[in-house]
This record gives sequence, C-alpha cells and structure tokens, in this order.
Amino acid sequence: MSATATTVSKPGTAAGETRARHSGGGLRDAVRRRRGLLTGGGALAALLVLGAVLLGGGTWPAGLTADISAPLDAANEWVVDNRDSHPLFLYFLLHLSNTATDAVDAVYQGLDALGWLGVAAAAVLVAWRAAGLGRRGLRVALTALGAFAVCGLLGMWDATLLTIALMVVSVAAAAVLGTLIGLAAGLSDRVDRALRPVLDTMQVMPAFAYLLPFVLVFGTGTPAALFCTVIYAAPPMARLTALGLRGADPAALEAAVSLGANGRQRLWTARLPLARRQMLLGLNQTIMLALSMVVIAALVGAGGLGEEVYSALATTDVGKAFAAGLPIVLIAVWLDRTTAAAGDAIGTSAPAGGWLHGGRAWALVAAAVAAAAAVRTAGWPEAWTYDISAPVNRAQEWITANLTFTEVWAREFTLWLLNPLRDALLWLPWWSVLLLVAAAARLVGNWLSAVTATAAMAAIGVLGVWTKSLNTLSQVLAALVVTLVLGFLAGVLCARAGRLERWVRPLLDAMQTMPQFVYLIPVVALFGATRTSAIVAAVVYALPAVVRITTQGLREVDPAAVEASRSLGASTRQQLFGVQLPLARPALQLAVNQGVVLVLAVVVVGGLVGGGALGYDVIKGLSRGEMGLGMTAGIAIVCLGLVLDRVTQRTSRTAR
Amino acid sequence: MRTARTLRTAVAVAGALGVLSLTACGAADTGKSSAAGGDKTVKLTVPSWVGAQANVAVAERILEEELGYQVKTQQMGEVLAWDALSKGDIDAILEDWGHPKEEEQYVETKKTVVKGGDLGVTGHIGWFVPKYFADEHPDVTDWKNLNKYAEEFRTAESGQKGELLEGSPDYVTHDDAIISNLKLNLKTKYAGSEAAQITAIKKYAKAEKPFLTYWWTPQWLNAEVDMVEVKLPEYKEGCDADPEKVACAYPNTPLQKFLNADFAKDGGEAAEFLKNFNWTTEQQNEVALMIAGEKMSPEAAAEKWVKENEATWKAWLPKK
Repeated sequence: MSATATTVSKPGTAAGETRARHSGGGLRDAVRRRRGLLTGGGALAALLVLGAVLLGGGTWPAGLTADISAPLDAANEWVVDNRDSHPLFLYFLLHLSNTATDAVDAVYQGLDALGWLGVAAAAVLVAWRAAGLGRRGLRVALTALGAFAVCGLLGMWDATLLTIALMVVSVAAAAVLGTLIGLAAGLSDRVDRALRPVLDTMQVMPAFAYLLPFVLVFGTGTPAALFCTVIYAAPPMARLTALGLRGADPAALEAAVSLGANGRQRLWTARLPLARRQMLLGLNQTIMLALSMVVIAALVGAGGLGEEVYSALATTDVGKAFAAGLPIVLIAVWLDRTTAAAGDAIGTSAPAGGWLHGGRAWALVAAAVAAAAAVRTAGWPEAWTYDISAPVNRAQEWITANLTFTEVWAREFTLWLLNPLRDALLWLPWWSVLLLVAAAARLVGNWLSAVTATAAMAAIGVLGVWTKSLNTLSQVLAALVVTLVLGFLAGVLCARAGRLERWVRPLLDAMQTMPQFVYLIPVVALFGATRTSAIVAAVVYALPAVVRITTQGLREVDPAAVEASRSLGASTRQQLFGVQLPLARPALQLAVNQGVVLVLAVVVVGGLVGGGALGYDVIKGLSRGEMGLGMTAGIAIVCLGLVLDRVTQRTSRTAR
Repeated sequence: MRTARTLRTAVAVAGALGVLSLTACGAADTGKSSAAGGDKTVKLTVPSWVGAQANVAVAERILEEELGYQVKTQQMGEVLAWDALSKGDIDAILEDWGHPKEEEQYVETKKTVVKGGDLGVTGHIGWFVPKYFADEHPDVTDWKNLNKYAEEFRTAESGQKGELLEGSPDYVTHDDAIISNLKLNLKTKYAGSEAAQITAIKKYAKAEKPFLTYWWTPQWLNAEVDMVEVKLPEYKEGCDADPEKVACAYPNTPLQKFLNADFAKDGGEAAEFLKNFNWTTEQQNEVALMIAGEKMSPEAAAEKWVKENEATWKAWLPKK
C-alpha cells in the first residue's frame, strides 16, 4: 500500500504541522504550562481515588439509563410488516436495491463474457496505461499479471470475478458520494464542520451493527452488502477531496480570478484539477476500505471470495480460507499499485512513448482487450489450478503445535494486565470515570473537547452498557499500547534501514488486507478463545498503519536539522530522541489516532474469538435479528472512539 | 450574490428531486414476482455448520442430477435466512433448530412460510466434558458434583469460577440462567463463533486438559474428540418457558424443514422432493465427516454419498 493505505486525514494533523513549524521560542513556556497542567491532573487523579475509596465503587446508576432498543426493535418490526406494501419501499427503496443487484450482475456478466484471457489482458493493460506506460508502467503491469495468475491458480477465478464486480460498483458509488460530500465540505467551512462527526461515525460504527437494518430494508445478498460497503468506504474520498480543494494553491486561484473566471469556472478549471492528486489518493483508500468489507458482505449472502473465506470457517479449514484470502490481498495490491502509480504520473508530462500519448494509448488498450476477448476463452481452466489448502493446514498445525509459550504468555497477559485494568475501570465510581475523562481531554485539548468526551462517556452510561463498554475499553487500551510500542519500534527501524522497509512492505500489505477471518483460527489455536486473542487480532490489523506513518514521519524530518545535530556531536540515540522524534511529532500523533480508529474497527472481530463485551453484542444483534442490541453496542463503540480521540488528539484550537 | 446562490441551490435540489421521481415513476418489484429466474430454479440457504451443509449438498446434487433443476445456494445467518425465506429470496431452510419467535411471526401471523416436516435428524444440546476427564472423575457427569470440579475448569478469563465454554451467538442457550438457578460456581465464556469454539476444544483435547463446554449432537467433531454429557435436571415440558427461571436440561429437538409458502404451492417436483427429504443422524454425520474431517468439498462428499445410498434417496423422489 502506498504508505497511507489507511491514513485517513484527521482534523488534528494540519494544526500539528503548523505548530511544529512555529515551535521554538515558545517551547519553554509551553513546557512550563504543561507541567502545571500535569500536576493539576495528578492531584485530580489522587482526589478521585480518595473519593472512590470514601464513597465506595459503583457502576452507572440504573435510574439514569434510557433503553433505546425497544423503539429500534419496533422500527425493525415495522419494516418487516410494511416493506411489501408501503409506497416508500415500492417507489424508492426497492428501486435502489434492484438497481444495485442489476448493476453488479451486469458487471459480472461483462467480466464473464470477456473470458479469462480478456479479463487478464484488461487488468494488465489498464494498469500499464494508468501507470504512465514505459518501464514504470511495466512494473505495475507485471504486478497485475501476477495477481490475476495467482487468483486463477488458486482455483478462485470465478469468486474473484464476483468480488471484483461487487467492488467495481461499490467503489464507483462510494467515489461519487464521497466526491459530492467532499465538494460541499471543501467549499464551505460550515458544512465541513458539520460533516466531520458524520464521517467519523461512518468509519467507527461497526458495519455489523447496521448490516441488519440494511438487510431488512434492501434484502439479503448484493444490495445490503453494497450499501454497507459504500458507507464504510466513502469517507476517505470525501476527506481527501475536501482537503485537496482547500489546499489549492492560492496563486493559481488568484490567477483564475484575475482572468475573470466566475465561481463555477474556477471550480472546474482551477480547483478540481489542482486537487486531482489528493482525490486519487482518496480513491486509493476507498478501494482499500471497500476490499476490507468483502467478508462482511458474505455474512448476508453476497457471495464471492468472502463466502469462500467464511464457509471455510465452519470446517475450521485454515488452508481453504487462506486460498480465498490471498486473492483479496492480491487484488488490493494490484489496485493500490495501479492507482498510486496513476497518482504519481499526474503532472509528469509526456511519458516515454511519444506517439502513444493520451487517447491513442487508451484506444490501443481497448483494442487489445477486445482482441483478447474475441478468443472466447471461458473461465479459468480447471487444469491450471493448484490446491494449497493441504500444505497450509499442515504448516498451521505445525506452528500451533510448536509454539506452546503463547498460551502461557496469554495467561500472564490476562492476569497481570487485562484483568487489573478492567477491574480498576469497573471499580472506579461512574462519576469519577467521567471526571477522569474530562480532565484528560482538557489536559490534551481545550474545554470543548473535554465537554465532548465527557458527554460521549455519559452517553455510554445512559445507553445501559457501562460495564460492557469499560470491559471493551480495557481491551482497546491494552491493544493500543501493544500496537504503539511495536509500531513505533518497527517504524524507527524501518526509517533507519531502507532495505528493511522494502522487505516488510509485502508483509504489511498482507496484514492490512488479509481478512481477519482467515487468521482467526490460528490465533485461537495459539491463544485460546480469550480476550488476548481479540487483542492479537486487533494488533495485527492496526500495526501496519502505525509502522508506515511513523516511518514516513521520521523520513520527512528536515535532513538539515539531523545534520546539524550530528555536527554538534550528538550520538545516534541523541539524534533520534533529541531531534527526529520531537520533529516527527505530528506524524506520531496521526499514528496514535489511526491506532485508535483501527483497533476499534476490529472490536467486533474480537467478539468472534472470545473478546466478548460490545463486540459480542454486535454480532449477537446481527445473528439473532435483535436490532436494538446490535445498534446500542455499535453506538457505544462510536462513543468510545470519540472519547479516545479527544483524549489523544490535540485539537487545532489549543494552538491559539 | 446571495439570491443567486439560493437560486442555484434551489435548481440543484429540484434537479435531484426530478431524478428521484423519475426512478420512482413505477412501483418496484418486491422480489417475490421477479426472483424466480426461470421456473426450474431452487434457492437454498447454506447455514454455517457442517451438518446443515451436508443436507444442502445432498439435496442440491439430487435436484440437479435427477430432477433437472438449477440450485442456487446463499450463505447467511439463521435469522436472516428466515427473513429471506419469508420474502421468497430463498425457497427452503432444510435444518432449523427452533426459532419460536420467527415461527410465530412468519408461519402463524404472516403465513408466508409453511412447515416442511421433519428432517429426520434429532438435535440435542447439553453440557459436555471430554471423555478422558470423565474416565478419571466419573462423578463429574452429574451437575450436582460440578461445583466440586469448578476449580479444574478455571481459566484466566473466568477468575475464581469454573469456565463454561459457549459458542456462537446464533445458538439457543439458557446457560446463564441455569448456572444461577442451580447455584453453580461457573461462569459462561462466549467464544463468539463456532470456529473459535471448535478450535478451543481441539486445543484442550490435544493437551488433555479438563474443560466444560456447551455442545450438541449431531456434530462432526464428536468423531474426533470424544465427549460425555453432564446430566442436568431432567427436561420437562415447559420447564424452559421462562428464560429467567430455566433450571433444567435442553430438550431433544427433531430438526425441522421450512418452505416459502408460494414455493410450497407452486414449486412442483422440487417442493415435493424437499418435503420428502428425510434421513438419519448417522447418514448426515457420514457426509458431514467427509466434509469437515477429510476436508472434501461438499459437492464431492454429496456425490459419493448419493452414489452409495441410492435406495435411501430414491424414496424421496416425487411419485410420477
């Protein structure tokens, strides 16, 4: 993945950068001010513990809760009773769902008609053209060729086509939706502020939670899966479009104005073209997020590679799940390299083959694909497949049989870290938790973030899931600590040794895009059906983003500053801790933020391997058809995300 | 300037509404009428557990080879499958372990689903310990002695109590109520998925460690890991009526088939065949073990079974 596969740009960063640039004279003051705040915080914490001892522990009082599951279940009921007769369904929603099914079917039929030769030719040539022809393009084209060949070899050709068909339609829809939202947010500050929490919610709310209502409204199979994917995948497109529009070079806009362009002309001729690179990055991330929904889509019968992965779980057949998961990784790598190369090619004029420029090259691509399709090959030939499940299963069994220390490690981790952390959180009276959250958020941010964080925490109590949420919170915190420690370490190593980074890159790609369902069984075999398993799954998923952002952040530290410190006789260690890490702070903050978002994204998956608490509730809501239960837990996860975001991210307003 | 912007917004909104109303000019198909896709198609749901996959694989094989139907299978959760069955997105559920709420809603009230008769397989849920542990401590198989062994079942997750391993949220369970009503020193631990539960059981069995788990028959894993049921207070009709007050064992459940009402009426030979479909627990386990134990594909396992058991399935074919 191009360094940023999941780095969703967040409000905190831009401000962080400006602050880093202007720090210098005011640094000492800032430190002094912080120390004061820290002392205050410490005193407050001591007071809280004292208060807790004096007043006794306690969970959220039952009198202060409001049950939202009853109305949600009633809504659920209403949908079931009215969806065949109510005009809202007959004249609108069912059209949406039928259109979605037809669109995906049409794309699939089209791909199928091309035959395997046609599809492979199309993928390779489009990759080659998009990457700007020539030798650069060749590398990307070879990646595409390899990816498709392996998909065929694994015997997953047909499932791969089905998945690609679903991806094409959902990515297209997500891109359109995202661009529209991004346009609105990029052109108006007020819309931007209003949309930010909406986009956050779209990403942190587990798809499992709203899968059920979507199934009830739109029907099982393609439509529900498609709309869920669009919701999850659209935010990066929106965020990066808005960022691109805002970041447009003022001089270019000035020039456009002076040439007498009106608002719309400025948008079309100056701002949008200038934002093209950002928008392509947004598209890249939208594709990656959409791919991560493939297995979830299978839970409601959307078919494709996800179904292969999911059905392999029933027989605990890791080999089969791996054989279906690998094509997902390969599709991701192919699309990532292609869109990333296309992004890099923007602005570099006149590629290698002079006469092959622009439209002519595309025409050639189309002609070649048509020729390949005309050969009329059917699906991938059966004889050219190889079943890797037996060797993979053997390898998995050998590993889990020989790594016996994992169980001991899991036990100690649970006894010495998880249990005390959870018990401490539960032991604290509810009001003191609220105070702690408020104090922490005020310490890092401003009064507004303190109020937001406290309100979110209180909402969890009001929803009646206080105990479960604190249990989940303890797991999230533990996973976050492990992720950040490992991620920063690996990031520093990668930044210092370029070759190492190239070596780990494919591994990080696989960790990010391989569906978690594939490695759930090995994880349980190693760590048992415990909370530790859930944490391991979360760490595996969140680690790559943290490593990448850290590496990139350290690399981008001004070489002059490092050079200066070296000439002053600083050791490697001193350079790292005295210069590089402090200067890379904005990147490190973004890494923390991504750690939070990604760890929360796998809370539900953790529920599948013994994580319990909110994650289990969400799955239970989906599989038992209890919308209230699933949605309540989903909202609580969003609230936890909000709290964690506010206590870890400095808002732009603190700079003032 | 401001009026211009308002005007533009208004035009945009009107345009959007226009597009919407265009799509909405006719009533959409509600799925029932259009979903058939040719009258020789049967749509079945594939549940996540292997026994039910065996039903579908065998039915699919016979429908396609003997009766000339095209079978479409779709994988989804149990409750979602009920909903899809009611809408006609799928035609039949071949193995249902009891969903009283859905039965009442769809079979009794809306009448969109009809009963398809017994599958022939009887399901039973209970608490199980591994045989190697029961052999050493024979009295563990009575619930009255469970507290004595609670310490043996303790894990880092269950704290001071013994752990009762639970499976997927899909499953029918009263275990939390049973534990508190029988005053047992146990704590449920929800693995969250069947795959996680099976993997955990296999892990315990390999190390020959004691464990206590919610489990059921028929299940292919029973052929690999020998387990013994712990006797709970005997099941009596209605003792599980109030979920809060359950203090008895689980009943034996003759597994049921359910058909979409329209399909049952107009489904012709396919519907008749699916109503006739009826086999024994042993027969289902034979196919299930081929799929899960020998890692054969469901299609291959069904093909093998169908070849070897002609007498059994010939009786399911519609009378001509």
